[in-house]
Amino acid sequence: MTANRTTSSSIGGSRPLLARIEESRGALAFLFMLPAAVLLLLFLTYPLGLGVWLGFTDERIGRDGIFIGLENYAYLWDDDVFWLSVFNTILYTSVASILKFGLGLWLALLLNEHLPFKAFFRAIVLLPWVVPTVLSAIAFWWIYDAQFSILSWVLIEWGWIEQPINFLGDPTNARASVIAANVWRGIPFVAITLLAGLQTIPPSLYEAATLDGATSWQRFRFVTFPLLTPIIAIVMTFSVLFTFTDFQLIYVLTRGGPVNATHLMATLSFQRGISGGNLGEGAAIAVAMIPFLLAAILFSYFGLQRRRWQQGGDN
Amino acid sequence: MSFTRRDLLKTSAGIGAASMLPLGANKAFGQELSYKPEEGASLRLLRWSPFVKGDEDAWLANTKKFTEATGVEVRVDKESWEDIRPKAAVAANVGSGPDLMMVWFDDPHQYPDKLLDVTELADYLGNKYGGWYEGPKNYASKDGQFIGLPTATIGNAIVYRDSWVREAGWSEFPTKTDDFLELCKAMQKSGHPVGFTHGHGVGDGNNYAHWLLWSHGGQMVDENGVCTINSPETMKAIEYAQALYKTFIPGTEGWLDVNNNRAFLAGELSVIANGVSAYYTPKNDPAQAELAADIRTCPLPVGPVGKQIELFQVTSTVIFKYTKYPNAAREYLRFMFEAAQMDNWISGSSAYCCQTLKAYESNPIWTSDPNYAPYAQASATLRPNGYAGPLGYASAAVMADYVLVDMFAEAVTGAATPQEAIDKAEKRINRYYRV
Repeated sequence: MTANRTTSSSIGGSRPLLARIEESRGALAFLFMLPAAVLLLLFLTYPLGLGVWLGFTDERIGRDGIFIGLENYAYLWDDDVFWLSVFNTILYTSVASILKFGLGLWLALLLNEHLPFKAFFRAIVLLPWVVPTVLSAIAFWWIYDAQFSILSWVLIEWGWIEQPINFLGDPTNARASVIAANVWRGIPFVAITLLAGLQTIPPSLYEAATLDGATSWQRFRFVTFPLLTPIIAIVMTFSVLFTFTDFQLIYVLTRGGPVNATHLMATLSFQRGISGGNLGEGAAIAVAMIPFLLAAILFSYFGLQRRRWQQGGDN
Repeated sequence: MSFTRRDLLKTSAGIGAASMLPLGANKAFGQELSYKPEEGASLRLLRWSPFVKGDEDAWLANTKKFTEATGVEVRVDKESWEDIRPKAAVAANVGSGPDLMMVWFDDPHQYPDKLLDVTELADYLGNKYGGWYEGPKNYASKDGQFIGLPTATIGNAIVYRDSWVREAGWSEFPTKTDDFLELCKAMQKSGHPVGFTHGHGVGDGNNYAHWLLWSHGGQMVDENGVCTINSPETMKAIEYAQALYKTFIPGTEGWLDVNNNRAFLAGELSVIANGVSAYYTPKNDPAQAELAADIRTCPLPVGPVGKQIELFQVTSTVIFKYTKYPNAAREYLRFMFEAAQMDNWISGSSAYCCQTLKAYESNPIWTSDPNYAPYAQASATLRPNGYAGPLGYASAAVMADYVLVDMFAEAVTGAATPQEAIDKAEKRINRYYRV
């Protein structure tokens, strides 16, 4: 490379453009980054920008919109259904994420033990994550059916209840049911990622802790958990984002019902924007999700990642 | 609409592609209309997935005949019926996609300027086949011009178990809303409850909510699109819905479109409101012959307004302006609506698709099974969405947002008082009709 450069530069200023570009680190770097930049601009920045713009217009399906400032947002501010969907989304995301984290971590710790058929169990655990959401949602739809639920059937057979449980008809039950389905689906992602994190923790740390007389809880609290925190931050950020923007599960199970008790911002945005034809308002609802998503990301990054021990502090 | 034979002759002559063939089925009218497909034309139609298999078989067979007669290939794609609206909207917006599409309800009114004018064809068919029914025609025309062809009305009727209704002491199914309430109470006591959809079921939920409102004289907006939901009639409708709801099987507020069929066929329900599919399934399954023999259908009970009024699902076929083969598309529709094909399709649909042209009332399917009779009048008794206001963006948006469905569901489940539910609905309706 060095020899090559010396030879080339001795030729002088009349080198072809291509050769000069080949030698320029800046130009090469730019060239290599160009495809990624184009993809990002085309498929991320442009749709996002367009979405934000649409939120400020009264565009409808089949009719170009005009700029109406904050009118969509002003209406949403006064709209009970919108606020209900915000409440539902926050409830759904926080309860589902906490459960997914707790159960996922527990599962990861179990899978990290020396179990017989370890590889088999690890593969099985991934199943809910691998099955397409729509398929698992349809399975849950049957499980939660007002008349044919297998859960209700079993409980009736056991004599615990007399009437089938109204899973998707009662607002509280419906919320709990969709959260449960989301948790079932999301646990593998959390569990397998945390398991990967657990396996990077050197066994010597546990040995040292054991020699110091640490109990198993103390080993978890002072060795496992701190070393796992960075990966927890990442996995929970993703988990929160996936949950917050969930759509398919709700669309298949309840379509936002009963009486909008399970409408999430994403499903309401679709209902108003596409089914209802009001692209501007649909976009505004989608844009209203961004601050929540940013807050979730910032919380994960600043709240969980930037701990002093990570910078070499002692606690 | 004033359209004379002279007009037809003039307009037909006006377009270069049209060739006037002599003699037709309708001797009085005396003129046939046809369009010459463009050279090398091929078409793509996107339709909703059929609910009864015979519908699709007949449609495809007719399409094949068209291809054989004209050489124009037609690809027929299908999508779940709820996905049609967004797909059609996207096609209209981006100006690319299928040449023809079977759309629902007010869809043609959402993007009328993206659709090919088919007034000439519609008038020709209307004149030849006894005229279009007013309801379906409203969905497919705007300012006197046809922006699509009204294709079918998917009727909705009471489907019930005759033996259970008799057991409860009713020799005939009640025809008035008050008696119907008494029947529902009796059915609940006898352990064979009824159930109507209060959930976000696009078809069943909206049908039931509109029937409740309209049968009691309520209406969402007046002729000028001014919201009139906040009325004593609406309150009466809600009070009636509350009384009826108390007799329902649990869970109806979470139901989507398929729940009632499923529970009815499993013997959990004695009375539902549905398309003919709830009867079609057991009728064509030898294992369920006993159930099919016990099923009866009848129109939904008449309320204080004194006449049969329902929403129903109406589908129109539109041609997008962006099509490269407008004449081939028009000719395809003409061919499909002519008696030989349309009769075949209506028969094949087993009473699921009610004709939109009056001449097809005489199709033998309607008399082939007494259970089909209530569905035969669907196009005649339907009232368009957003009554009594204009069809368009607002009426479509209110339905898509389940405003009326939610109003009733909130009140019957106690999530809101009837007045609160009406107030909320009024606010949401005003939002869409504000412009």
